[in-house]
Amino acid sequence: MAQGALERPAARTASPRRRLVPERLLSPLILAPSVIALFVFVYGFIGLTFWVSLSNWKTPKRDLSLIQPLWETYHRLFTTTRFQIDIRNSIIFTIFFLIGSVGVGLLLAIALDQAIPARGLIRNVFLFPYALSFVVTGVAWRWIFNPDSGITLLMDHLGVNWLLARFGTGPIRVDWLISPRVLGDIPMPDAVKAQIGIPVALIPVIIAAVWQLSGFAMAMYLAGLGTISNDIREAAALDGASLYRTYRDIIIPLLKPITISVLIILGHISLKIFDLVFAMSGKGPGFATDVPGIFVFEQTFGANKYNLGAAASIVMLALIAVVIVPYLARSLREVER
Amino acid sequence: MSSRSPFTSRYSRRQIAKTAAAAAVGGVVLGGVSFPHAFAQATPAAGEAELEIFSWWTTAGEAAGLEELFKAFTASNPGVKIVNAAVAGGAGSNAQAALQTRLSANQPPDSWQSHPGAELKARYVDPGYTVAIDDLYTEQDWDSVFPEGVINLITIDGQKQLVPVGVHRGNVMFYNKDLLSKNGIEVSDDWTMDDYFKAADTLKAAGVPALALGSKDTFAVVQLFENTLLAALGPDDFTKVWTGEVGWDDDRVTTAIENLAKYFDSVNSDHAALTWDGAADEVYAGKAAFTSMGDWLYGDATAKGKQDSIGWVNHPGTGGSFVAVIDGFTMPKGAPHPVNAKNWLITCGSKEAQTAFAPHKGAIPARSDADASGFNDYMKWSAAAFGKDAVVPSLAHGSAASPQFQSSVNDAIVSFIVDLDVETFQQALVDAQADAQ
Repeated sequence: MAQGALERPAARTASPRRRLVPERLLSPLILAPSVIALFVFVYGFIGLTFWVSLSNWKTPKRDLSLIQPLWETYHRLFTTTRFQIDIRNSIIFTIFFLIGSVGVGLLLAIALDQAIPARGLIRNVFLFPYALSFVVTGVAWRWIFNPDSGITLLMDHLGVNWLLARFGTGPIRVDWLISPRVLGDIPMPDAVKAQIGIPVALIPVIIAAVWQLSGFAMAMYLAGLGTISNDIREAAALDGASLYRTYRDIIIPLLKPITISVLIILGHISLKIFDLVFAMSGKGPGFATDVPGIFVFEQTFGANKYNLGAAASIVMLALIAVVIVPYLARSLREVER
Repeated sequence: MSSRSPFTSRYSRRQIAKTAAAAAVGGVVLGGVSFPHAFAQATPAAGEAELEIFSWWTTAGEAAGLEELFKAFTASNPGVKIVNAAVAGGAGSNAQAALQTRLSANQPPDSWQSHPGAELKARYVDPGYTVAIDDLYTEQDWDSVFPEGVINLITIDGQKQLVPVGVHRGNVMFYNKDLLSKNGIEVSDDWTMDDYFKAADTLKAAGVPALALGSKDTFAVVQLFENTLLAALGPDDFTKVWTGEVGWDDDRVTTAIENLAKYFDSVNSDHAALTWDGAADEVYAGKAAFTSMGDWLYGDATAKGKQDSIGWVNHPGTGGSFVAVIDGFTMPKGAPHPVNAKNWLITCGSKEAQTAFAPHKGAIPARSDADASGFNDYMKWSAAAFGKDAVVPSLAHGSAASPQFQSSVNDAIVSFIVDLDVETFQQALVDAQADAQ
């Protein structure tokens, strides 16, 4: 150790190459390619998308001249019933998906934090869905919720439906996925043509998403629980706190940074969601499961309304920014401190 | 470096850097474009050794049909390697998205599949991706062998832009033979919408849904609508509605939409969960009586061995009209292998290739002089109608209206299925027309 420390300054002065590229230039040089790529391929293309959203490009023929009035495409976008429904779905999906994933993930993590047998195995079992692709999850859950297979068939085979029939009630037929119903109707100004409530067909999609990503939330919480010192638990136990109170008043508040990270990560996944919904239900009956991602895909590549698709993309970006920017600002402040 | 590793001794550092850079560039090219002819361009000596054909024909019957075309091409152009660049899924929507990306990057294949009419015009001709092929038509004397209705659809702004290969019929009503005879219902090619709704009432009373619909496929509902519209307008005004000569606010359009709503009085309850072929299964199995679909349904029935359970007739009220869903190939501007591309189109337009292609695809040849001896019963019926009926374009399959209009109608119809609101739907059609102009 001591020998190495002595040798290092000698080596530094002996090497002439070090002076050719001064150290203060080295890190910008190494970073430059990725910074340039980032500016071109991320920020450049965000700028280009914004430009397209203000342009006349609504046929396959590229036309980047600006539309008059400039907000025309955005005005059209927000007055389109389908896009209003998409925003509703996106928000409903995000709310319930976050509550579900965080809730289930936290419960699983707390359960696995106890001294139970085969913890490692169970932990992996709950984490495995996270390794699947959304398309696989979507297809599998579509079959589960298909009114003619999945749950309905299971109830038939288990004899539940036969029993129900004997008691004079109808069989269990889960037809949520094909139901165009929207639960509730929150009064809105006339400009909102979409019915604001919870679309029934979206429920199975939320269940599938929670199934897939609650394992991820669990893993995050388990990591968080691992960092909480045992002293705290012991102190709480000495003060006579019950297990419930220990978690409610001490451990869960201590996990707040984890909760925020999970909410941000899952929140931006859910606002951008496309593949799960596309594979599981598509647009859904009466756009009950349509999301902005599908809208962008269809308007841009199906209808070739490039400006409308670009405008919807920019709205998606803004929605995600609402989630991400406060998080970035917060972590930036922490770094500066 | 005192001891040189075998790696550095064999290759100089500069060489390694070069190789790495080349690999990176190659990776970018392949990752971004990934077309076989990227290699061909790298070695110009390869010249016209290849032909790349883009389509969305990937299901069993479609792929077999395409294979027949390839065989016919190889017979007259031996030694040319054919690259099949088919993209699966979404009734062509995935393929069209992929193709659009290639075309806007100036990387066209040697020919691609398109429907004639509005799709051909809006997607490919107007942006300048194709070359007119009037000379080829004259050279091959094709003007006399394709029916006039087909020639009209492939002619964009006075120039011929497509070689039609096969023709599907969109306005066919397939039915379960047993169910109809059991309920004493008779159908003929000159039946009307009233006849249909009378039959639907009989079936409803017997506890059978009259119509099987797969509304998970939006196109299936759009097609049901266009057939109903054709019944209300007749072939002449049906053609005019796409050019704006007949307005979407016409009373007969209202009648058609009301009829469209009326189908839902007697329809399979799980239509939202089914695609068109799922709906067809209901008819094969006798769980529903009718389904209005293009004649690719006959191919589906044959593949499943159910063709004997079904009969067919034209959609009620559309006798004398032939909703043509035509497949054809284009001549790209800047085709990588223009000579092969031209030979490919000559093959596609030939009697032999079309005759071999049609039975696999479940279509009939676009040429009116094709050999009918190998046709099955359905094809004979369809070919006879094609020879005499008025050929009209299809909205659901891109020929009648621009992609913009089509997409607006798709969106409106998804909402219509849920609320069956006639007025809102008609207003959406009027708006879509104004919007697309």
